[in-house]
Amino acid sequence: MADTNTANTAVHPTEAEGVVREPLVLNNRSLGWITERICGIVENRQPFIWWVLFVPSVLLFLCLVFSLVYLVSTGVGVWGMNHPVAWGWDIVNFVFWIGIGHAGTLISAILFLTRQKWRTSVNRASEAMTLIAVMCAGIFPGFHVGRFWMVWFLAPVPNSNAIWQNFKSPLLWDVFAVSTYFIVSVIFWYIGLIPDLATLRDRGKGIAKKLYGFFALGWRGGNRQWHHYEMAYLILAALSTPLVLSVHSVVSFDFATSVVPGWHTTIFPPYFVAGAIFGGFAMVLTLMLPIRKLYGLEDLITGKHVDNMAKIILLTGTIVGYAYIMELFISYYAANKFEGDAFHMRILSGPYTWAYYCMFFCNVIAPQVFWFHWARHNLWMVFIIVNFVNFGMWFERFVIIPTSLARDFLPGQWGYYSASWVEKLMFAGSFGMFFMLFLIFIRFLPIIAVSEVKGVLPESDPHYHDWKRLREKRRGAGK
Amino acid sequence: MSNTTSSSSELFGYVAEFSSATDLYHAAEKVRDAGFRRWDVHTPYPIHGMDHAMGLGKSWLSAIVLVGGITGSSVALFLQFFTQVSLYPTVVQDKPINVFTLPAFFPVTFELTILLAAFATLFGLLSIIMLPRWNHPLFNSSLFSKFSNDGFLMVIESRDPKFKREKTKELLEEIGAGKIEEVNY
Repeated sequence: MADTNTANTAVHPTEAEGVVREPLVLNNRSLGWITERICGIVENRQPFIWWVLFVPSVLLFLCLVFSLVYLVSTGVGVWGMNHPVAWGWDIVNFVFWIGIGHAGTLISAILFLTRQKWRTSVNRASEAMTLIAVMCAGIFPGFHVGRFWMVWFLAPVPNSNAIWQNFKSPLLWDVFAVSTYFIVSVIFWYIGLIPDLATLRDRGKGIAKKLYGFFALGWRGGNRQWHHYEMAYLILAALSTPLVLSVHSVVSFDFATSVVPGWHTTIFPPYFVAGAIFGGFAMVLTLMLPIRKLYGLEDLITGKHVDNMAKIILLTGTIVGYAYIMELFISYYAANKFEGDAFHMRILSGPYTWAYYCMFFCNVIAPQVFWFHWARHNLWMVFIIVNFVNFGMWFERFVIIPTSLARDFLPGQWGYYSASWVEKLMFAGSFGMFFMLFLIFIRFLPIIAVSEVKGVLPESDPHYHDWKRLREKRRGAGK
Repeated sequence: MSNTTSSSSELFGYVAEFSSATDLYHAAEKVRDAGFRRWDVHTPYPIHGMDHAMGLGKSWLSAIVLVGGITGSSVALFLQFFTQVSLYPTVVQDKPINVFTLPAFFPVTFELTILLAAFATLFGLLSIIMLPRWNHPLFNSSLFSKFSNDGFLMVIESRDPKFKREKTKELLEEIGAGKIEEVNY
């Protein structure tokens, strides 16, 4: 602890040495205000626009259910895939959604370990987004296996001929990686929720009090509980950090360990991880910008938060751009005929060059606007750019997956793949499911981590009032 | 619950409210130095440095997690070697069917290590802090429910060997407590 002499120069850490940090919560909001504002979203009636968004989302979700029923009852032939393109929109959508599911754990784990306190305002919603995105992702490979009722073959139990899974296959690694990621993210999210559920319990009445109380497990907020709770949170952050980096690496192994030209590259794991963070942050901003406006959370999710996330998008987008260019360079430099042809067709002569340039513009060129301060602070600009990124990241997966397959080793079987209406309806329906579940989350759970935001207020520091008294004393002495 | 009819055998302890994190922090230091054992501070968020002010050591949850992680790695390695090498060797991708196939087993080993460590964290945490426990004497107190909003509370239990009905109340007043409430079982 600082003794009185040194403390005289720095009244409070945020004011030390003339460096004034932007506060994380604006307008000097009190603890009570934070509770009221965030819990109020759950306790009060939802605004009309909530219903305007919810009803179409449910309808779109029903389209997903319909297309899945149609798919299972008819057969996978209703998808537009045929040899050699056996991985089409289904796997593109899987990788797209799982990529979006990376931002939440990145915010909650990596930014926690690196002590980025601004994460507290956005971590809850982005973790929920992660869980929902992983659920959306899980549907696609599940139905991609063709006979959905055989999906239990993926679980580590022997099948009816007593043959076990092939643990050397990246596809099985993927099953383990994605399901572990989902379960660990649920645990992380739930442990973070416990204190906030207790807040809702203590404010609630009747059935709400009972339900929130049940899930709050009887949390009492004692320091003898916080003491172990904080350790648990730290450990989960430390476990999730390598996990989040491993998941998309393992997804990229599905491609990188094969011999298809255009897939068989060692740059895939870092390139996929950077792309996942990039796409995930874009989706976080796509959701958070309307939410902060709609529910009046501008004091909690401030311009600083948007600015920081825009900077991360700029950084990861530039890494992705580097990977695109490096891929081209290596295919030229390695002088492998098949590899060279694959990339030649990707960017110059192939049937899908439009998709490549679409991807390149959305992912690499568009985010460069974020170099400018005004662009990061103009919310409409941010919203437009992040939607370019959402769009571009889907195209990235499309460029990698079907276009590499459509031009494989035998020119005799080259073709042009385009999705059937069932695939398109499924993709639209997965968005319906995503928004439906997210709106349900907004309705029933605190979208901002109440206890964590309280912990980053200046007066939450146990020495805040000591410093304040000291400052008053010093001012008194100066007169 | 009424406080007037209580006899000392029914008393659970005192709930005392403090005005800020700073006051609670300094009060905790004094209660620690007075030698109390069965007491706690209840706050809306974890207060930085409170472990020190209360004299708590490092949490030993990490030991449980380590055991969980080691179990995860062992289970994964056993599962893969047993099924792929000894029970039913499948020759695919020209990979060996002996111990040298280890690199191909790395991803699943890693994932299961994380998975079991995470389960150990969750269940270890819940056992150490003794949750779920939906019924607790403190929930009888109206003052206590402030902890989850903006209250900085201290609870001293009557089970503490140093607890004296009058003296402890005086101590709480002396170290700056505002409202003090008796809580019964």
